[in-house]
Amino acid sequence: MTEALLSELSTPGRETIRIGRPNVPAHAIDIPRELLRDELPLPEVGEPEVVRHFTRVSRLNVSIDTNFYPLGSCTMKYNPKVNDAMAALPGMRGIHPLQPEETVQGALQIIHAVQELIARITGFDAVSLTPAAGAQGELAGLLMIRAAQHARGQEHRRRVLIPDSAHGTNPATAAMVGYEVVTLPSDPRGNVDLEALEDLLDETVAGLMITVPSTLGLFDEAMLRVSELVHRAGGLVYGDGANLNALLGIARPRDLGLDVMHSNLHKTFTTPHGGGGPGSSAIAATAELAPFLPIPFVVRGSDGGYRLDADRPASIGRLGSFQGHFGMLVRAYTYIRMLGTPGLREVSEAAVLNANYLRSRLSQSYRVAHDRTCMHEVVLAGLRANGARTLDVAKRLLDYGYHPPTIYFPLVVPEAMMIEPTETETKATLDAFVETMLTIAQEAQRDPELLRTAPHTTPVGRLDEATAARNPVLHW
Amino acid sequence: MAFVPLTDAERDSMLETLGLPSTDTLFEVIPESVRFPDIDIGPALTEMEVTAQVEALAELNRPAYGAPFFLGAGAYRHFIPAAVGALMSRSEFSTSYTPYQPEVSQGTLQMSFEFQSLICDLTGMEVTNASVYDGASAVAEAALMALRLTGRERIVVSAGVHPHYRQALEAYVGPRGIDLVTSEIVVENGTLREIGLVEAIDDRTACCIVSQPTFFGEIRDLAEAFDKLHAAGGLAVEVYNPTSLGLLKPPGAWGADIAAAEGQPLGISLSFGGPYVGLLSCRRDLVRQLPGRIVGMAKDAEGRRGFVLTLQAREQHIRREKATSNICTSQTLISLGAASYLALLGPSGLREVAEACWHVARYAADQLGAILSVEVITPRPFFHEFAIRTPHPARDVNNRLLEHGIIGGYELGRAYPELENALLLCCTEVTTREQVDSLVAAVREAVGGGG
Amino acid sequence: MSEGTTVPDGRRYTKEHEWALVDGDVIVIGITDFAQHELGDVVYVELPRVGGRVAAFKEFGVVESVKAASDLYSPLTGEVVAVNGDLGEHPELVNESPYDRGWMMRVRAEDLAELDQLMDAQAYRQLIEQG
Repeated sequence: MTEALLSELSTPGRETIRIGRPNVPAHAIDIPRELLRDELPLPEVGEPEVVRHFTRVSRLNVSIDTNFYPLGSCTMKYNPKVNDAMAALPGMRGIHPLQPEETVQGALQIIHAVQELIARITGFDAVSLTPAAGAQGELAGLLMIRAAQHARGQEHRRRVLIPDSAHGTNPATAAMVGYEVVTLPSDPRGNVDLEALEDLLDETVAGLMITVPSTLGLFDEAMLRVSELVHRAGGLVYGDGANLNALLGIARPRDLGLDVMHSNLHKTFTTPHGGGGPGSSAIAATAELAPFLPIPFVVRGSDGGYRLDADRPASIGRLGSFQGHFGMLVRAYTYIRMLGTPGLREVSEAAVLNANYLRSRLSQSYRVAHDRTCMHEVVLAGLRANGARTLDVAKRLLDYGYHPPTIYFPLVVPEAMMIEPTETETKATLDAFVETMLTIAQEAQRDPELLRTAPHTTPVGRLDEATAARNPVLHW
Repeated sequence: MAFVPLTDAERDSMLETLGLPSTDTLFEVIPESVRFPDIDIGPALTEMEVTAQVEALAELNRPAYGAPFFLGAGAYRHFIPAAVGALMSRSEFSTSYTPYQPEVSQGTLQMSFEFQSLICDLTGMEVTNASVYDGASAVAEAALMALRLTGRERIVVSAGVHPHYRQALEAYVGPRGIDLVTSEIVVENGTLREIGLVEAIDDRTACCIVSQPTFFGEIRDLAEAFDKLHAAGGLAVEVYNPTSLGLLKPPGAWGADIAAAEGQPLGISLSFGGPYVGLLSCRRDLVRQLPGRIVGMAKDAEGRRGFVLTLQAREQHIRREKATSNICTSQTLISLGAASYLALLGPSGLREVAEACWHVARYAADQLGAILSVEVITPRPFFHEFAIRTPHPARDVNNRLLEHGIIGGYELGRAYPELENALLLCCTEVTTREQVDSLVAAVREAVGGGG
Repeated sequence: MSEGTTVPDGRRYTKEHEWALVDGDVIVIGITDFAQHELGDVVYVELPRVGGRVAAFKEFGVVESVKAASDLYSPLTGEVVAVNGDLGEHPELVNESPYDRGWMMRVRAEDLAELDQLMDAQAYRQLIEQG
């Protein structure tokens, strides 16, 4: 079931889309020869073929719209179609980022509204929507912590503490900003090890990066104490808000002692994942850190008009080309307005209930990594009765039409399987998933080879990634 | 509406399985002092209500299409074939995630592989990644690559590189104490000139970053700068405009070691600045330092061809603090738009677009230059943008144009203090002769007639 | 965990799973059978340049598999006199023959006494058995 590549479909002389000649007076192109290209080796494929090609290729994917997709920490919830429809309105889709402000007041108002809505949901004082993705939000956050510590006269603080369960972007970001990363162990209940934290906190620590709830799907039982300790030692707390779907209307991250936090609009706020992007991120800060937020910022003047403010001398600067992923902000705005106040808690309660339901029923055949109530996701640690590895369970799930959960993350749980059902799934879907997982557990006992050689029914089987990495073929 | 399908009966049944009295008990771990805060974000709107609201907001925005419009400066009004949007809205592409399980993600993986290949074809570069966020981050990541590869601590960047890209570069390399040297732009005899670029290149230079065309639209010979740079052991980073490559010599042919660009011109909606797509390519032997996702070809046990994320060991989820970058997502869905656009236009279509851009810009520049107090200060040849200078502040000229219903150009004084009276204008294949004529008439009136 | 893993005598070992073998006036260095097994299929090895200097217990390179990347730590201080050019085309040699054809670099030691700081085969076997 191999689809041809465009290069293989290419036929010389094939008719492609034309745009016609402009109606200005003709003129020979007088650009010097040495500045021009010779040939342009793009494939020649007609529109009907291109459309059929990409349509067929798309059908090789599973997606939220076709399958249950419980990828932990990714929040694969339903992407409402009204979001896309709003982003596609000509007045939203067809405006240039540098247009005169009086011609884009609707757009500026939307950005301003989302800044405000996220500030209220998270409890922070100021929000910037320019980061293109969670990782860029983290970069902004750490650059802000660095700026804040400098402003406090604390440039000597060169270290950042990061829990061992953290997502890889956390230490990668800290390193990009020039910090030394110090890993913080977790205790057996999945909390930050308080003793280790106290030992490590000194005047060399700029801050702590913490995911709330953690990547283990757990709310730290001493969260307020953790923030308090860091603050007392002169540090600042960065919050990775990837798991905000557990906290809407349940707790405001600012109240937990965080000083700056990013949240992912493509997770909690339903903008589509797109096969790996585009994302979009909000970075929220306390009043102390607000001056350092990246530019530009939408402000509302006393005349009621909205404008882009790039005149913020303490800002960490500009991270992206323009003012963020506006197309995603329209979607997030639409979604948040549909949630309204009552919708917030409804989402998180259902998300957390669903995850705990799975935890309870799957514990029959799978080890649950931590014996306590989880939040919006549950981390399993492999099969109770051995016989197959998490990898094999995941590959066998593909045969049953599921996208597997996140596997082998977080690194601190052996044979980890992180399951996040989200609130948009029915109980029937969850029950069917449980039945399948229990069946696979039985198969692992009866016929482990079946799992080891899975998947059997997908368009391709397990691919030889080692050869692909040794001799990479990266274009046709 | 919260899209939560659980009925009360189902909720009760699940709580029973858990042996819990209510969902509140699930949140006992949250300290009481902060639990269940009072948040007010207004009422829950129905789809009908929110649609009316957002449509009303959309009415307050004036779209770039349909009326005279001459803004470029990093985002371009091009014709987007309907098939591009149709393919991007296939939910198999839009509602899937990063292809960690390749067996069920061959759609995304094959598409990304084709995207990488198309950009390699377009640029003449040997390797392209699956995209980064936008032009600004592509430039920043290119600089970080050069710093890692050479171990040097000096970057020379042309002031002709987009001002926002240069700002992003400062934000990214700021924490590292890098020596960032920028050339200077002056106006000499009514023409823009760059000074201090080639002179700044030395054997401490990790890379030199130049834009082709420049931010002002000029197309230049890059050989001198690149030769000197290579002789000194530095890396050449070319920032290019993808539409222009329908006509112009590509980065690979110039000997660029790294090529970075904003891919928005390739069939992506203007969307007030995003989401766009950053293009990042490099020489084959530098690939292990190329950040971001990269898709490679692979085979399964039956010998079937497939595609996988490869060279992942460089990335954040494995290398963590030693990763090439912290980047996690790319702009996958947008890259599908760019790939479809290139596939639909093919070599002749893209060439046609590039030529049309050149013709309309040329016509506009000739007409404007004929007005007595208007100078075209971008040296020829230029591609589809050029700067004009008048005796009046550009802001005033733009305001007069707006009164005529024309969205003018980018006021260069915003980024180049000496160019307060200069305006950067862009014409594309969408710009009609009538729109240009109306611009010319309005400019003539704004500067006080003559010519 | 250490069943079937080879730990040849006559070499010295680091706790980061590198081995060092005296060969005339140079020391040959590579990674152990245990290490290659933990890594899985090696896809790339980043080695220092010939003429460069390495320092005891400091990083000298990186070994990458599909799912992991590990820093390589030098057992001793000295000048790199050779690196294994075969690993470019055939990184799998590290898996197939970690003590022989999968060697990584040859170093002229500044102070042979540094070898005494390293474990012998027996001590290393104990280390990996304790896991």
